[in-house]
Amino acid sequence: MSHSVHAPNNPLTRFITQDENCWQLNQYQMQGGYDGLKRALTVSGPAVLDEIKESNLRGRGGAGFPTGLKWSFVPQGDDAPHPKYMIVNADEMEPGAYKDRLLLEKTPHQIIEGLIIGGYTLDADIGYIFIRGDYYTAIKHIEIALKECYDNNLLGKNILGSAFNFEIHIHTSAGRYICGEETALINSLEGKRANPRAKPPFPQVAGLWGKPTIVNNVETYCNLPHIINFGASWFKSLGRFKDAGTKIFGVSGRVKTPGLWELPMGTPIGEIIDNYAGGMCDGYKLKGFLPGGGSTDFLLEKHFDTPMDYDEIGKQKSRMGTGTIIILDDKYCPVAMVLNLVKFFAQESCGWCTPCREGLPWAQVLLEKIEQGKGELSDIKQLEDLCKFAAPGNTFCALAPGAVEPLQSALIYFRDDFELHISQKSCPYCSEAYSEDINDQ
Amino acid sequence: MTLQLEIPTNEVVELSDVEKKQIDALLQETLYVSGASIDALKIIQNHRGWVSNASLLALSKYINLPLADLDSVATFYNLIFRQPVGKHVLHPCDGISCDLMGGKKIRQCLKKQLKINNGETTRDNLFTLLPLPCLGACDKAPVMIANKQLFELLEEKSLPSILNHLQQEHAK
Repeated sequence: MSHSVHAPNNPLTRFITQDENCWQLNQYQMQGGYDGLKRALTVSGPAVLDEIKESNLRGRGGAGFPTGLKWSFVPQGDDAPHPKYMIVNADEMEPGAYKDRLLLEKTPHQIIEGLIIGGYTLDADIGYIFIRGDYYTAIKHIEIALKECYDNNLLGKNILGSAFNFEIHIHTSAGRYICGEETALINSLEGKRANPRAKPPFPQVAGLWGKPTIVNNVETYCNLPHIINFGASWFKSLGRFKDAGTKIFGVSGRVKTPGLWELPMGTPIGEIIDNYAGGMCDGYKLKGFLPGGGSTDFLLEKHFDTPMDYDEIGKQKSRMGTGTIIILDDKYCPVAMVLNLVKFFAQESCGWCTPCREGLPWAQVLLEKIEQGKGELSDIKQLEDLCKFAAPGNTFCALAPGAVEPLQSALIYFRDDFELHISQKSCPYCSEAYSEDINDQ
Repeated sequence: MTLQLEIPTNEVVELSDVEKKQIDALLQETLYVSGASIDALKIIQNHRGWVSNASLLALSKYINLPLADLDSVATFYNLIFRQPVGKHVLHPCDGISCDLMGGKKIRQCLKKQLKINNGETTRDNLFTLLPLPCLGACDKAPVMIANKQLFELLEEKSLPSILNHLQQEHAK
């Protein structure tokens, strides 16, 4: 495949300008939008898949599974079942994650172009954009963008004069964190409770309505037009470490300039926090941080040199997750922070399997006890046990293992804080974090 | 077999023509009827503010899906209301990024001003308070959604004017 020469180093955000209408079709096309689709349509689906595999693109939803490999499990050829489905997971609800909203609101066509390319690659028939119900502006922009596509032969029959037909529907979620799990999302699209499904069969073989289905994150799809346009080797050259491409990183908490930035994969954590987020606010010190949203293990300032790279962060016993960093400052109680997260996951558990349904609420009870100054040292041991019960392999999906990641690492890094709550029978941080009734009723 | 729920006998709901028309349009688009169930529940909620047992029964009859199936879906999702709500549902964020920036104080302040607890509705039926987890605007924390609008960088002192603004929208 031949590629464009003027390759940008910020492919995902280069379409975002000061112009508030930058998300519309004419603006997107003026800057080279849909060139990736046009290029893809000149070669075969398998050739596009080869390019995606070659690019080393890894899923941006959190797990980091290689996209090309995931897609290669979809049955191909004349005997393949139809319709095949391509789904964009835009149900962003991870605590501390807000990167997909930016892409949905500002670059809806980039997502749609990626989805159409995906559909062409795997000879799929129908696309769905499964979007969080609370993202009102994003929903509006996606709806208008889809209409623009149908009006301009970018969707529907014989797209851009080719033999390829593809339609896209939008589904606004009725709201539940578990819908972000791909098989739960599929159940939700079928109008059921969003309980995850047993695997195998994997969705690539039997997903929505029993047909081959791909579910990928918003940001993953956004990378596709650029990989096709500028080539796999360009994409790999963007990364500063082993992982390819760029990523939307973010920082929230008590930093001077919280926000989102598109940076090379492998950018060191400290650089993101100090240079882009401006470092800590005056009067606050960094106590720890979650590197990739609410279901990743705490890291400390000593990990600042670690590159934002899936495997490197894994070596530090955490995960890159969504790449949106949450900062714990020295004035906020670590027990209260973990309690907030565990409470969220306990509430959002679908209730299907025991470690999650029973374990998370019990962890919440113990954390509340400790935070109120009524804890005992044996509670810490019990919390550690609960973390083990919810470990990967013991649960139906990744919700519970993710839920206990902040807890298990806090029990290591901030153990003194837990013990101080117990020995002094009150929260040493009380004023800021937990001045009112603990249940927030 | 259709499982029957306990439905108050004095309450019978008929779907309106508009509701039926919108639900028919949904059924046109979906391969299987159940695929339309969540959107159909949303249509009912749009017109009635919430989904009562009686309207659940009416929907079940209209699209011929078991009542128990519809109820299991209706009770699963955060944004399907199974109790009456006020004119404006306030969703202050209770995610961790908001709490790190004082979100808890904002929620306390809302409760105090409206004199209600989470999940309750004010006597004048104007406001229901229903915190939601992470609303995806963590760099603008603390935040709240009300009336499909996102209110960012909330401070305690800005709340009265926001409530006022919403009240006036209602008066229009």
